[in-house]
Amino acid sequence: MADTIPARPAREVASAVNESRPARVMLMALAFAFLAIFLALPLVLVFLQAFSRGLGYFVETLFEPDSLSAIRLTLIVAAIAVPLNLVFGVAMAWAIAKFEFKGKAFLTTLIDLPFSVSPVISGLVYVILFGAQSALGPWLRAHGIEILFAVPGIVLATIFVTFPFVARELIPLMQDQGTGDEEAAISLGANGWQTFRYVTLPNIKWGLLYGVLLCNARAMGEFGAVSVVSGHIRGQTNTMPLHVEVLYNGYNVTGAFAVASLLAGLALVTLALKTLLEMRYGAEIAATRGH
Amino acid sequence: MTKPHFKLLGALLAGSVQLGTLGFAFADTTILNVSYDPTRELYRAYDEAFAAHWKAETGETVTIQQSHGGSGAQARSVIDGLNADVVTLALESDINAIAEKTGRINPDWRTKFENNSAPYTSTIVFLVRKGNPKGIHDWGDLLKEGVEVVTPNPKTSGGARWNYLAAWAWANDQYGGDEARIRKYIGDLYRHVPVLDTGARGSTLTFAQKEIGDVLLAWENEAYLALDEFGADNFDIVVPPSSILAEPPVAVVDANVDAKGTRKVAEAYLQYLYSKEAQTLIARNHYRPYKPDLAAPEDLKWETKLKLITIDDPLFGGWKKAQPHHFGDGGVFDQIFKQAQ
Amino acid sequence: MTAAPARAGWRLKQPSVVPGFGLTLGLSLAWLALIILIPLCGLAWRSAALGWSEFWAIATDRRTLNALRISFGTAFVAAVVNVVFGTLVAWVLVRYRFFGRRIVDAMVDLPFALPTAVAGIALTTLYASNGWAGSLLKPLGIKVAYTPLGIVVALVFIGLPFVVRTVQPVMEEIDREVEEAAATLGASRFQTVTRVLFPGLAPAILTGFALAFARGVGEYGSVIFIAGNLPNISEIAPLLIVIRLEEFNYPAATAIAAIMLAIAFLMLLVINLLQAWNRKRYG
Repeated sequence: MADTIPARPAREVASAVNESRPARVMLMALAFAFLAIFLALPLVLVFLQAFSRGLGYFVETLFEPDSLSAIRLTLIVAAIAVPLNLVFGVAMAWAIAKFEFKGKAFLTTLIDLPFSVSPVISGLVYVILFGAQSALGPWLRAHGIEILFAVPGIVLATIFVTFPFVARELIPLMQDQGTGDEEAAISLGANGWQTFRYVTLPNIKWGLLYGVLLCNARAMGEFGAVSVVSGHIRGQTNTMPLHVEVLYNGYNVTGAFAVASLLAGLALVTLALKTLLEMRYGAEIAATRGH
Repeated sequence: MTKPHFKLLGALLAGSVQLGTLGFAFADTTILNVSYDPTRELYRAYDEAFAAHWKAETGETVTIQQSHGGSGAQARSVIDGLNADVVTLALESDINAIAEKTGRINPDWRTKFENNSAPYTSTIVFLVRKGNPKGIHDWGDLLKEGVEVVTPNPKTSGGARWNYLAAWAWANDQYGGDEARIRKYIGDLYRHVPVLDTGARGSTLTFAQKEIGDVLLAWENEAYLALDEFGADNFDIVVPPSSILAEPPVAVVDANVDAKGTRKVAEAYLQYLYSKEAQTLIARNHYRPYKPDLAAPEDLKWETKLKLITIDDPLFGGWKKAQPHHFGDGGVFDQIFKQAQ
Repeated sequence: MTAAPARAGWRLKQPSVVPGFGLTLGLSLAWLALIILIPLCGLAWRSAALGWSEFWAIATDRRTLNALRISFGTAFVAAVVNVVFGTLVAWVLVRYRFFGRRIVDAMVDLPFALPTAVAGIALTTLYASNGWAGSLLKPLGIKVAYTPLGIVVALVFIGLPFVVRTVQPVMEEIDREVEEAAATLGASRFQTVTRVLFPGLAPAILTGFALAFARGVGEYGSVIFIAGNLPNISEIAPLLIVIRLEEFNYPAATAIAAIMLAIAFLMLLVINLLQAWNRKRYG
């Protein structure tokens, strides 16, 4: 190795920029062991536990009225929160990625804020805003508007938590692509909407879909924020993650894992779709890696 | 957004919304019972019985919604606006908190139903591993070397407050009212606690399922339920010679039922807890019915010889005094816990 | 469309022919205000109503300080673990070709997609003394579930993808010629990796660390199941907020929330600076 004569056989150079075989095997073993213990094992456990009393019990748990209503509520919440975050996420990404303006860095930081705010706080802020003890509370009650402990509160908390996902995926992608295409379209007489629809959207659609997938997974799986604003009414304001907790605390561990396995299944589908997207449109999405 | 996959997404979303709105079945009346952790099984049975009774009596269909959680957490939700018709909590002080902070429950709520609005009572017992390997028979045994005690956090759990007060009452007898020694005992007791869950149910799971600790300080009903759920061959119930009479009260949330027009059914719902059928269900779910003569004799299997102190004993002076004194911010529990560590 | 007031010498935005600035910025600000700013201001306002001395008393309460220490301490340890193993995983994924690499790569994102409550009950069941992993560790005298170590385990799970996904793309960009040059100049493989490659990766690793750390500090769903929740020992700050709420102690809950919020905002600023540094190096 200490040999510094430039004309070395190719094989030797290759070995010099790669780890020796034993080192490589050791590193890989270490990485796999870590992933197996921390990622694979919990996942396997969820499914094993879910089916530990057989398929019949699994199906029975999921078709219980309370489980069905939890699944339904979760779908409703995601169906409201995700499209809203999609539309506004695209708007935010457009403003930030296509223009240079004062205070942009600050705006970006604000968009990121929900990532690092504790979910508990995300729920708490709405309790403070809309709770019966707040300034707004009595007015809301007098007008029969239910926000807290009802679907609107759960939706708001979910939107808060999933706020950055779409914008965060799109901003680096759109920044990378620059504004050349859009400028060309405008100079050719396209209006703003046409430019977005026919020039920008095709460029960002995979990144967008990817952002929506992650946003959806988080929206359906949020626990802390929703727990604070839900009121935990069985069959009414329990989302799937909350129902997991209800079953778990009701001595029904298998049932808890059955519902959990649905959520885990959703996570796996999300990951599979994402991998497929990456395999087909890898170059386009590569820019958005590492949110 | 006319790309096929967006259309598909849109259709899916619209479909799920429809599914959602269709799902809310319309009942004649719906009332919400906000309750604490260990009553899940009791109210599941009772709600069914009451709905049938109400149907037979009035011809109306009533749907009872349930919400369960730690007693304090549940009271907090009602204070923040959870639209409960009735509250059935672990302690009088949690209902008092709702009454004081919101005025939505009339201050004289305790007089509305018999027995200070407590249709069932319970007490605090020990759940130990089969054969009682650590030999735990009385409160003093909890401090034996190497004994791990599982109890929830008295600041958040109603059951835990009863645990604490029962221990306090024992120590008071033991040390002849010497408060310094009582405090030392309580402090030592919490030093033996490896996990402090926020609710009684969490503690039961920690002890029974995760197999942590040697003894669980539990509601009597929760201890029997654990035997039912995890098998009587795993645990024994030890009834200490003295404990506390826990009275979980019930109340109608007056302002809510008046706004919703559900007063009649809400009051009937709580009143029916005193009926023969309800008292039978109460005993079957291991609570002590207020009127044991109405319950089935085979369900009345608990120890009756133990000495029970009540919260209204001069030692505690009722919840209105005991709550702030012991569990308020900076109260006795806070002081003891600070020293205990 | 441009909403920018045309003042002499000061421009809100650089000129551009691309339309929609006013519309999109307006929408962004409105949405941001509605969902994030107004609620957060409500929180700030509520805790400001406390008065400084009362706020200070809550902030310096022993239990508050301990909860913050536990949250930040465990998040720090977990982030360090993730830096070591996350970088290793990224290295294996970038440099080695093996069967099933795609699947392993996809698996790394699992903690992003798996609900935290599910992770919480799964990890607790695994690491309780009667669980698969817990029963193996028990004879060694290692307790994971219901100890601060359990919190670290949950946070390692939550934080892993942040490190891998920040380090991985930068690793892919590394020019192999640098390594060849180092090797040619007589550096051993170990020296090349530690003295040549890692300094280049440092900004990315630091960013990943900061992201994992920030996420870990606020994590709630997975931790409450596995932590013992003993005040001063294994009680995290978000749980203390919930406990204060359950005690009807709103001032304390909002004060602790405000402290955490301020720290979260600070950390984000640091992360953004780190990322700017990162981009400058690898622009």
